[in-house]
Amino acid sequence: MGRLVLRRLLATIPVLVLVTSGVFSLIHLTPGDPVEAMMAESQDPVAKEAVRAQLGLDQPLYVQYVSWIGRLVQADLGRSIRNHEPVIENVTRRIRPSVQLALMAMLVSLAVSFPVGILSATHRNSPLDGFGTLFALFGICMPNFLIALLLIFFFGVTMRWLPISGYVDPLEDPLAGIRSLTLPAITLGLALAAVITRTLRSSLLEVLSEDYVRTARAKGLAERLVVRHHALKNGLIPVVTVLGLQFGTLIGGAVITEYVFALPGVGRLVVDAVFSRDYPLVQGVVLLIALGFILSNLVVDVVYGWLDPRIRYG
Amino acid sequence: MADASAPLSRQSSVLSPPSVLGPQPTAVRVRERRWVLVRRALSARFAPVGGLVVLVAVLVAVLAPVLSPYDPLQQDLANSLARPGGAHLLGTDNVGRDVLARVIFGTRVSLIAGAVSVAIAALVGSLLGLGAGYWGGRLDDVAMRLMDAVLSFPPLVLALALGAVLGAGLTGVLIALGVVYTPTFARLMRGQVLAIKARDYVEAARLLGAPNWWIVKRHVLPNAATPIVVQASLSFAFAILAEASLSFLGLGIQPPQPSWGSMINAGRGYLQQAPWIVFGPGGALFVTVLGLNFVGDAIRDALDPRLRV
Repeated sequence: MGRLVLRRLLATIPVLVLVTSGVFSLIHLTPGDPVEAMMAESQDPVAKEAVRAQLGLDQPLYVQYVSWIGRLVQADLGRSIRNHEPVIENVTRRIRPSVQLALMAMLVSLAVSFPVGILSATHRNSPLDGFGTLFALFGICMPNFLIALLLIFFFGVTMRWLPISGYVDPLEDPLAGIRSLTLPAITLGLALAAVITRTLRSSLLEVLSEDYVRTARAKGLAERLVVRHHALKNGLIPVVTVLGLQFGTLIGGAVITEYVFALPGVGRLVVDAVFSRDYPLVQGVVLLIALGFILSNLVVDVVYGWLDPRIRYG
Repeated sequence: MADASAPLSRQSSVLSPPSVLGPQPTAVRVRERRWVLVRRALSARFAPVGGLVVLVAVLVAVLAPVLSPYDPLQQDLANSLARPGGAHLLGTDNVGRDVLARVIFGTRVSLIAGAVSVAIAALVGSLLGLGAGYWGGRLDDVAMRLMDAVLSFPPLVLALALGAVLGAGLTGVLIALGVVYTPTFARLMRGQVLAIKARDYVEAARLLGAPNWWIVKRHVLPNAATPIVVQASLSFAFAILAEASLSFLGLGIQPPQPSWGSMINAGRGYLQQAPWIVFGPGGALFVTVLGLNFVGDAIRDALDPRLRV
């Protein structure tokens, strides 16, 4: 197990070097002068030169790169050129709504996908299965923002059951907090549920045709117990993999969901930074998200190796 | 489909020796094989529906100026937020522009964005994967680590960041989505090339003194093309969704030019008074992506039945 972790950690090093280099070069990919792009509305050449010096853009490229990496090592991701606060502080302030949204979305997706996926597989080719398959297909073809607007239209605008924007921290006011996160969590959770349902159905169908399941049925075990004790455990392995792979989709979905529902999360911060052309903030947040993404993939790989010994020793 | 144990394209190349070893397959056999593929694709459950949707979308995109009842940019403030029906089948938006006309012209943007970004990704990814898989060594290491690095970013976040530095507009989005989808194709092509390179017929061709370019052209590319075509057809739908998401956020083609994503974003402020501004382009987007998914699945099943889920 230790060797697997070490192997994966070593493999991450060149990727980290390339990811940081990629994020560093983002600002230099801007057609024309990045300072002009960031401060298009300003006519003050002194202010522009100050920003240029602050970002070190007046120095040779290799000097900029070395000093940027040097600061990174000290966990200094730079400062926003708009609010002049360190990137880390900007992100820390926004992380709570994003984590709460992701957790609630995960809950929604599991609560929907498990019953639908299991019923679909155990009632193959029945109307129930047809509904499950259609649900998965619709969830995959429907963009997040459209699901969000449909939910807002029905539950917010027409029936007025739930708030359509704004954020209340569930840790301060649990009821209002959960109400404010319900529609965003359903939006994000449904897309995830569609993918999990599809994977769970197909992996369960495969497991249910295995010999050991036939044996379990032959010895007179109730179908419910066959599914719960014999099929589900093995059928879950591909679901864990897919869940891991869906982190990227979850983060992307969170960007859109936070934007639509005006939640002050990290996803919304990315969009705001992009549109205010706050390149240091874009660089910092994108790098942090990529690091989080790499870390989560690493954890999934290790967990998967722990679940399935064939991978550990492969 | 009892005869479909292996993809036809792969069978054909394995069975048909290179010209130095035997004759080329006849034109009749090639035609027969094509028909088998088309029949297989059409026999999939929802493929005809998907095919119809895609055909209609392509026709709408090509014939947009003829089909459109109004100029998509023409404002008519006296007629703003008009309900669907009568003169305006899908109603009008907040400045009185015909929603149907804008949906029709938006079809062009969506299809072009999907096709061009997937074409960029397939071309660049295939070349990288081919080089990495065939020549291996340092090229393989560098290309694949580069692809790993691109895959380390959540797709939408990477596309947003690239879109931000390249500037809002269709070109920036096309390049951003091209970059995002490239690793999928590169990895797929590399895997295929590695497998094909180890086959006996490639070894035989090499022993006969065939040059690398000839082996790549005659054996590697034809055999590796199937999964690339399958992946391209499946990615097309997702690229359209991604373009719509980016233009919903404000990147992509800029207003007043119509695109489905930006129309939906503009309409969300009028959800209570005029939901048709959102649901017109939303419905078009959903139906197109659904149709493309059906077609993609059918192409996958026809070309490589082993990949069937």
